[in-house]
Amino acid sequence: MSSHTDTPATGPEVGPVTNILVCGIGGQGVMTAAELLAQAAISLGHDVKKTEVAGMAQRGGVVTSHVRFGPKVVAPAIAPGEADLLIGFEVAEALRWTTHLKPDGCAMVNVMRIPPLVVSGGLFPYPDDPVAQMQASGRQVIAFDAEAIARQLGTVRLVNTILLGAIADHLPFPAEVLRDTVLAGFRARKPALVELNAQAFDTGRATAREREMAKAV
Amino acid sequence: MNVIAEAPALSRLLMSGNEAVARGVWEAGARVATAYPGTPSTEILESLADYPDINVQWSVNEKVALEVAIGASIAGGRAFCAMKHVGLNVAADPLLSQTLPGANGGLVIGVADDVGLSSSQNEQDSRYWGRFGHMPVFEPGDSQEARDMVMEAFEVSERHGVAAILRLTTRVCHVKAMAEVGERLDPPLKPFEINPRRWVVVPVNAKALLPNMFARDGRLTEESTNSPLNQEWSGSDSRLGIIASGPAAMNAREACPDAPLFKLGMSHPMPLERLKAFAAKVDKVLVVEEVEPLIETELKAAGVAVHGKDVLPQYGELTAPIVRQTVAGLLGETVPAPALAETAPEVFPRPPTLCAGCPHLTPFYCLSKLRKKVVITGDIGCYTLGVGHPWNAVDTCTCMGASITMAHGLEAVLKETDPSKRLVATIGDSTFLHMGMQGLVNMVYNRANVTLLLLDNATVAMTGGQDHPGTGRDIHGMETPKVDYRTLCLALGVDENHYHDVDPYDLPRLFKILRTEVEAPGVSVIRTNRPCVLTDKFCNNPPLKVVDEDCTGCGNCLAVGCPAIMVTRRETTTDNRGREKELTFVKIDSEFCTGCDTCVATCGPKCIVPATAEATP
Ligand SMILES: Cc1ncc(C[n+]2csc(CCOP(=O)(O)OP(=O)(O)O)c2C)c(N)n1
Ligand code: SF4
Ligand code: SF4
Ligand code: SF4
Repeated sequence: MSSHTDTPATGPEVGPVTNILVCGIGGQGVMTAAELLAQAAISLGHDVKKTEVAGMAQRGGVVTSHVRFGPKVVAPAIAPGEADLLIGFEVAEALRWTTHLKPDGCAMVNVMRIPPLVVSGGLFPYPDDPVAQMQASGRQVIAFDAEAIARQLGTVRLVNTILLGAIADHLPFPAEVLRDTVLAGFRARKPALVELNAQAFDTGRATAREREMAKAV
Repeated sequence: MNVIAEAPALSRLLMSGNEAVARGVWEAGARVATAYPGTPSTEILESLADYPDINVQWSVNEKVALEVAIGASIAGGRAFCAMKHVGLNVAADPLLSQTLPGANGGLVIGVADDVGLSSSQNEQDSRYWGRFGHMPVFEPGDSQEARDMVMEAFEVSERHGVAAILRLTTRVCHVKAMAEVGERLDPPLKPFEINPRRWVVVPVNAKALLPNMFARDGRLTEESTNSPLNQEWSGSDSRLGIIASGPAAMNAREACPDAPLFKLGMSHPMPLERLKAFAAKVDKVLVVEEVEPLIETELKAAGVAVHGKDVLPQYGELTAPIVRQTVAGLLGETVPAPALAETAPEVFPRPPTLCAGCPHLTPFYCLSKLRKKVVITGDIGCYTLGVGHPWNAVDTCTCMGASITMAHGLEAVLKETDPSKRLVATIGDSTFLHMGMQGLVNMVYNRANVTLLLLDNATVAMTGGQDHPGTGRDIHGMETPKVDYRTLCLALGVDENHYHDVDPYDLPRLFKILRTEVEAPGVSVIRTNRPCVLTDKFCNNPPLKVVDEDCTGCGNCLAVGCPAIMVTRRETTTDNRGREKELTFVKIDSEFCTGCDTCVATCGPKCIVPATAEATP
């Protein structure tokens, strides 16, 4: 084996990184959404790290996935206060992870409420207005009922694609890159669903824009 | 399809640390790979099962897994064995005895520490075993390093005739990162020789092997000194240098990109002279390692002045902001830390629950009804959740198999101090085969008075649904002989009148048998026999619903703990004697309800009916 040299190596360069935190509960599609964001970033040649912190995912616990991309990603996870974007699949979960966002970060929130047994059993209250609480922290919050839109389009399974569409204009790359990645996945596995998901993605994107406009007025 | 297994050499793709380890094991030409599942290590073997030309097997426990791998190594093939941190405690006996004769074919033990305690019973530092057993320790920090280091570990193992430890943590195992893969090597088998003086560690042979082990330590230190896995990363600010390993090194680099950093990949034995030279070039040194201060203590013992756990947290993950804050403190600076200052909003906990229709629901429902009479020892698996709301029916949980043995010990004292109490041990099928059978035979032999609830859901559910000898399928899904629990328990000496196979969805029968058996002297075994709802063996029945008009709000069905039963509203009324009463009205979420019928038996007014049927007029 070649002997070491005492000249230090450069080591990994710490560069600018985009941090996206996806959160929800087991079975909602948090991991899939994170995977698609990672694939979109890879398609543009980014380095990516994506970590999964699942409680016991199958049984309704908290699930988060950290997606980090940029020229070079060194640390594995997003530290509190360092996320650029937060995608919340459930509104109390979005609230739980609010402080992971940068003060000027943006949260895309599905307002769906899923109370766990300890809440329905009366041991803990469900927050009255999680969105207002998030807004009170000064961060940008875009909240809408992705489930209702999904139902209108035909199936609740579309929530995932709708939320990805909603976040698409907030990424440091064109929305079409994420759209292509999402649809390519369906084209490969379930071609019959490509059209429907394209519609879901676009509806999510339009809804998020509407909400932002409404705020701006 | 396993894209990592299919990827041609030189492709670069996103993979988890576990997938990267699997790829590295295969590329290193390993012939045999064994494991018992355990978070966060489980996916290593699951991924390896998709590769050709390697014998991959689930073992019944970690001691067995390691011994199979040791045998393969003695025979001359490269062998790999994976487990979670506590698994190596189970395998400690072979671990510390094999180290004298050492490895023939390369032998690598992948052990995954749950730093941050996301799903384990403790947070231990498995790097201790390297020191204990005079074995080299490798600490990858991401997927690329995981693949590269497992391959290097095989080389070092074979070169020095010693098993190597690949120390992983949750942040390596479960983080996906880009990594480049290569070709499979085809290392020649090492010759196998019948050599009792090496392979039979009776005292006289073991004694003769001792000096070799210490001489080997010296050669391993030389190896580590020359290893490219131990390298200095440059930094422009020489006020503070960092010595770090594993993912903590990545966090430290991100926190302090300007600080020179000595990255330890082969972290035991340490390249002490190089570390001393590094320390001499900077004003202060901070050691960043998870979890115990092993590198730190050894440096201090060698006279190198370093900081470490005196300023860093003693447990948990060392994230970038933690390192940044600590370094700032050492340099007398302040960093703006809005994130650490801002308190997270208070939100209810979301503890994991048993699934809708889980076959473990009724045993814990029954135990909650017998609460006053029984002390319940728990074990490790999905059913440990029986400790929580609404059952509150687990009193102890220590380690795999300990439900049975601890019930035995509890009974020995409680029968004197509180003779009205009966002991019930609860254990899953995989845990029973891992380490429970020994406790059962021990109870029979020593005339214990314990009721054993064997919760057989035909899978290792907790870790994601693996097969084991009781499921009749191997890691590839191929059919294998299947354990017959009845025959097994009777052979261990359980009285056949006190052995019962029970359908857990037959709530009245389960309750009756349990109530009778807890009163019976001696050892009883009650085995529930329906599969986990998340396995392919499970078949759904049509879902049920609550007829709203007939629901009295008694709340009885909620005591089952099925998450498909949801509260719709609460009311307070006054009963005919003028006392205030809480009413809780419910509905059933038909998307989750598996139609197991369990809750039907708890509903007096009989208002839980098939979702498709019309409400009775
Ligand atoms: C020594 C050790 N090895 C592995 C684990 C990880 N682990 C936790 S529970 C469990 C087995 C659960 O299977 P089973 O007993 O069948 O219960 P189930 O989850 O299916 O209800 C395993 C492998 C552990 N905690 N300790
Ligand atoms: S995974 Fe299986 S055993 Fe575990 S809670 Fe769900 S149904 Fe029960
Ligand atoms: S029948 Fe009752 S206990 Fe069974 S899954 Fe449906 S709601 Fe849950
Ligand atoms: S047991 Fe029956 S009556 Fe009582 S709350 Fe449940 S559904 Fe309503």
